[in-house]
Amino acid sequence: MRAVKPVIASLVLSLLSATALNGPASAETTTLRMAWYSDGNEGEVMADLLKRFHEQNKDIDVVLDQVPFKAINENLPVQLASGQGPDMARVVDMGGLSRYALDMRPLLKDPGYWETNFGPFLEWMRPAGDTQAIPGFMTQLTVTGPFVNKTLFEQAGVAMPSEKSTWEDWAKAVKEVAGKVQAPFPLALDRSGHRFYALAVSQGTKIFGANGEPDVVDEGFKRAAQLIYDWHRSGVMSKELWGSVSGTAYRGANDEFKNAQVVMYLSGSWQTAQFAKTVDNAFDWVAVPNPCGPGGCSSMPGGAALVAFKTTKHPKEVARLMDYLASEPVLAEFYSRALFVPGHLGLAKKGIDYPTASPEAAAALKVFTASAASISPLAFQTQGYTNSRIIFNAVISRLGQAVSGETTLEDAEKRITADVAQQIAERNKK
Amino acid sequence: MRWLQRLIGARRMAYVFLLPNFVFFGLFVFLPIGINVVFSVTGGTALFPSERPYVGSDQFAYLFDCGSFLDPSTCREDHFWRGVANTAKFVAFQVTAMVLFSLVTALVLNMKIRGRGFFRAVYFFPVLLSPVVVALIWKWILQRDGLLNAAITTLGGQKILFFVDPGWAMFWAVFVSVWAHMGFYTLILLAGLQAIPADLYEAAEMDATPRWRVLTRITLPLLWPNMIVVIVLALIKGAQTFDEVFVLTGGGPGTATLMVVQYIYETGFASQVQNFGLAAAASVVLGAVLFVLTLLQFAAARRKEI
Repeated sequence: MRAVKPVIASLVLSLLSATALNGPASAETTTLRMAWYSDGNEGEVMADLLKRFHEQNKDIDVVLDQVPFKAINENLPVQLASGQGPDMARVVDMGGLSRYALDMRPLLKDPGYWETNFGPFLEWMRPAGDTQAIPGFMTQLTVTGPFVNKTLFEQAGVAMPSEKSTWEDWAKAVKEVAGKVQAPFPLALDRSGHRFYALAVSQGTKIFGANGEPDVVDEGFKRAAQLIYDWHRSGVMSKELWGSVSGTAYRGANDEFKNAQVVMYLSGSWQTAQFAKTVDNAFDWVAVPNPCGPGGCSSMPGGAALVAFKTTKHPKEVARLMDYLASEPVLAEFYSRALFVPGHLGLAKKGIDYPTASPEAAAALKVFTASAASISPLAFQTQGYTNSRIIFNAVISRLGQAVSGETTLEDAEKRITADVAQQIAERNKK
Repeated sequence: MRWLQRLIGARRMAYVFLLPNFVFFGLFVFLPIGINVVFSVTGGTALFPSERPYVGSDQFAYLFDCGSFLDPSTCREDHFWRGVANTAKFVAFQVTAMVLFSLVTALVLNMKIRGRGFFRAVYFFPVLLSPVVVALIWKWILQRDGLLNAAITTLGGQKILFFVDPGWAMFWAVFVSVWAHMGFYTLILLAGLQAIPADLYEAAEMDATPRWRVLTRITLPLLWPNMIVVIVLALIKGAQTFDEVFVLTGGGPGTATLMVVQYIYETGFASQVQNFGLAAAASVVLGAVLFVLTLLQFAAARRKEI
């Protein structure tokens, strides 16, 4: 037994000394998790920036979990509700997730910088009634807008409608082009409520009633819904997009556009990098300002924000990382390399250089940046409304049924009102 | 183990061996069923049962609030009833087609034909594929610029938009499902055919019994127990259909191929307000239907024993 004692003692001592030498440093390294989805190359850019951050901040290690967009919309809310979410995530439904957001104000170096540069967008991330919180920053501001296959217009010998043209003007022109060049999709609109509202706002919908609560189906809405319905009947829009899936399923027309099957595609600024890469020299394409209607020509704003969550165990470190990523030079590099419209007022004013962008992409980004400057306050209010996605989803689900001939437009509109009321009531149930 | 057997007795040892499986099933089958029932009588969007307000039978009342159960558009939750109607339609067509094609294929593969082993493998092969893979393959074939439309246009025809027409969409949903699962049911029927004593056929041959009479008086009656198994299994599987049809048609056009399980998934997980309560209530209803079908299977199996 005597012989064993010194061995145990030396083992304990060596263990203690090892802890003294290495322990504190490794114990102080904080690992943060960031859930991230990508439309283009922004995941690569972010990974690069995080690597650089770690070189300057050895005590913080950031794990970038790159996940599909669907996981952000469907899995993340459940994770957050169970208290098991990541420390930060890139989200689109800012209002819906605002109740889980961390108010970083007391932890940030200069909250004033955030207020000045992200002010209007912070409202999108704040829980209802909160006018102060700073939960995150915009990784991009998106603007809806149409992409046009210029080559198809030239081949058909049809003049492209000018700026400030109406939706009806464009519908007529694209139908003519498609007829002449045998393109199966004259006009394609993403099957998305957000995209529908680019049309609806221009048709004069007010969305909210006098009491500030949603009053979705008004005259402007009916005009927009009727256009969608009629375009499907007349062949301006193909049923393959809005009529081929069910419920709230999103359906884009990226593949069809890059295969030169679409004359005009209403999507948005986030597609620019993708089209620059996938279309390449196959045909000429341009982004044009949002078409107009009785309610104006406003696009719908949107975007994705990097938001911190209050379930994090390391709020200080999260705030340090957010301060770094939201700083002007870092964010300018991020927007520039990812080809994003800036969601930072200072950078928007100064303008972003896109040295890696192709001529088409640079021109498109110029159009979208100009569109961002003329977005209607109603469009901003709608995007920032906590329950906006409830409205968007109800609209596409029910209009999809009308488009596929399963129900009448009138019945679809009644159902939209009922769906919105029912889902908001369910969300408010305590 | 002998010491344990000595301690508790041989009969009780059976429970010791049952215990691990009982714990496993309790945790991963019965507990979730219990939680599901709790969710079906609570409301709101909270995830933890303790945070969810009790609403009693409200979710069920909401689901069953219908002017006429035969017309989903008269129901408050019309999507649920459209799902029910579509599932019923899908099951009716799919089970009929499945049993018919499986039976014919089994009868042919039971004959002494050249390459019988090869054909048996060919028919069974799709069973090995994941339902998502099956759906993606067929989507690739059936889409606007897919293989089938390429063949049609090569022959001078017009492209057909299979997923835009509700009738076509349902047809292909049934077709793909039958294609994917037929091999499994064929195998069950083939096993049944091979279990029929050969001397019965020999006696029929000696009596110069016509082939049609052999089929209806010997083969089909003796195959009936296997047929019952096939019908009930196909019914249960058909009622649970989700992944294949979801990937193939997305439930569209409109809600033409929206199945009950897709409704449950979308209500509980994919919609903006994740309405777990309503989804749980719908799954309780589906569970009750499946329970009845399972009882049918038990009854059929008992008859077989008699």
